[in-house]
Amino acid sequence: MKPLTFTLREAPPERLDLSPLTPENLADMPTRQIENIRLGTSKRGLCVGDVFKLSGSDVTTIVFEGGSSRFDGLGTGMEDGSIRVIGDAGVQAGRKMSGGSLVVEGDVGLHAGSAMRGGRLEIHGDAGDHLGGPLAGELAGMNGGLVIVRGRAGDHAADRMRRGVVVVLKGCGDYAGARMIAGTLAATGGVGRLPGYLMRRGSILLDRRPENLSPGFVECGAPDSVFAAVFDRHLLQENILKRPLLGNTPGRFGGDNAVAGTGEILFRRD
Amino acid sequence: MQGLSVNGVAIDDTFAEAFGMRATAIIITGPNRKWARQAAITMTGFATSVIGCGCEAAIDTELPASQTPDGRPGCRVMIFAMSTDGLQAQLQNRLGQCVLTSPGSACFAALKGVADLKLGSALRYFGDGWQVSKKFGGRHFWRVPVMDGEFLCEATTGLTKDAVGGGNLLLVASSNAKALAAAEAAVAAIEEVPGVIMPFPGGIVRSGSKVGGKYKGMMASTNDAFAPTLRGVVKSELGPNDNAVLEIVIDGETSDAVAAAMKAGIRAVTGLGPDKGASRITAGNYGGKLGKFHYHLKELLP
Repeated sequence: MKPLTFTLREAPPERLDLSPLTPENLADMPTRQIENIRLGTSKRGLCVGDVFKLSGSDVTTIVFEGGSSRFDGLGTGMEDGSIRVIGDAGVQAGRKMSGGSLVVEGDVGLHAGSAMRGGRLEIHGDAGDHLGGPLAGELAGMNGGLVIVRGRAGDHAADRMRRGVVVVLKGCGDYAGARMIAGTLAATGGVGRLPGYLMRRGSILLDRRPENLSPGFVECGAPDSVFAAVFDRHLLQENILKRPLLGNTPGRFGGDNAVAGTGEILFRRD
Repeated sequence: MQGLSVNGVAIDDTFAEAFGMRATAIIITGPNRKWARQAAITMTGFATSVIGCGCEAAIDTELPASQTPDGRPGCRVMIFAMSTDGLQAQLQNRLGQCVLTSPGSACFAALKGVADLKLGSALRYFGDGWQVSKKFGGRHFWRVPVMDGEFLCEATTGLTKDAVGGGNLLLVASSNAKALAAAEAAVAAIEEVPGVIMPFPGGIVRSGSKVGGKYKGMMASTNDAFAPTLRGVVKSELGPNDNAVLEIVIDGETSDAVAAAMKAGIRAVTGLGPDKGASRITAGNYGGKLGKFHYHLKELLP
């Protein structure tokens, strides 16, 4: 069976809520019914058929031919299967997803991977602010799964993260890993001001010594680290990075001592 | 008890009788081969027989750096016991006292099984609140701060209920030197077989036993039928030229692994021949009533 493909007819005239278009929601749904799903967020009442031309029928592999920064809520809550977007996506891509694979070949907006629980979200371009973070009022951000951003992430990446792994390849903005509860944020390409600000536990892994740390961080030596070796190998085996991130003897800051202080920033020393 | 012979080595028409056991496996790594081996050897010390040691354990195979999870030299260690609880207790104690303590060590799961046994999930409390849990790539690790950095330990490893303990070969020779040469050849060959261990010293037992004894409370006592100094005074299994007997005891992850190991051992001993090694190969059993697994020597000939 060919993948269920949504080909974008033209740039959408308004923001679209694509959260209904997941493998779970579309299972056993006839094409006509899919075309009638409401996506519009204004009084226009746009449906799938107005925005996309449909082809293929395998709902476990969904492809969007053409993307837009107005594609919001892509893959929301998806549990299995795969979604691939050949283009950009809007806000909250992969929010609360718990399994499967979501690949966006362009950039994504705010809150990508927000409160994710499992599965794999890969973004080939840049991500907006609050990558993996909670929405207003939520207590925790990412709660599992793997997020890979091959470009750059905005401010507050992995905010209030509780579990899982986020890897950003071309650097993060300010407050990377702020308020982390646990989990792992790995970043190459540098991070902005105050990484790990008020983090309670968890790990921030960097390819260079961090600058602009919160004064709540203290230097904690650099013994051999088997964890660094195992994690480096994991990133290489998964084709996430091409060279080791930390090396075998990374430096370590412990913090943020303004709160629990059992978090860490590990960084490559050479 | 006659007829079969390979390269001048007589093969008894008998069988080894073995038992179902619970087993697990872990990979222990170290900063170099010496310290990976040291941790593994210490952990598998005093683990020759479940009768007196609570478990049977040894190194299954050494692993080059390219085959371990952390890219350092390592050893795959197997541990066998009669019950799941017994195995968990032995694993936890030995890991805590012998691997956690060894410089630069780390420990990983090396068996997928029907149930999980705790590794790091039990040892993490040594971290006194500073231990760190890390989950990635479908695996769960604990990092415990210690004086040379961190002890990295996978949270759990697997348990198999298909393991077999007590596969054996008895090597009968005209002198002690020949018996030892035959046994060493068998051990060297069996070490190449994956998924089996020989838990006794260097893989060899000289004090084979029978069930029970004349003294109250003895679960096992000397195998007088194979003791050459008793050849004239008891109902002996030994002939007039037999002066030394050594036994190889084999525990395997599966019954097939035990059979493969015994076959490799027989091939090595018969290859050596009676002039340099054993003149006869036999095996220990209890009449076939106690153990579920029977390995007939005639089916394992090279």
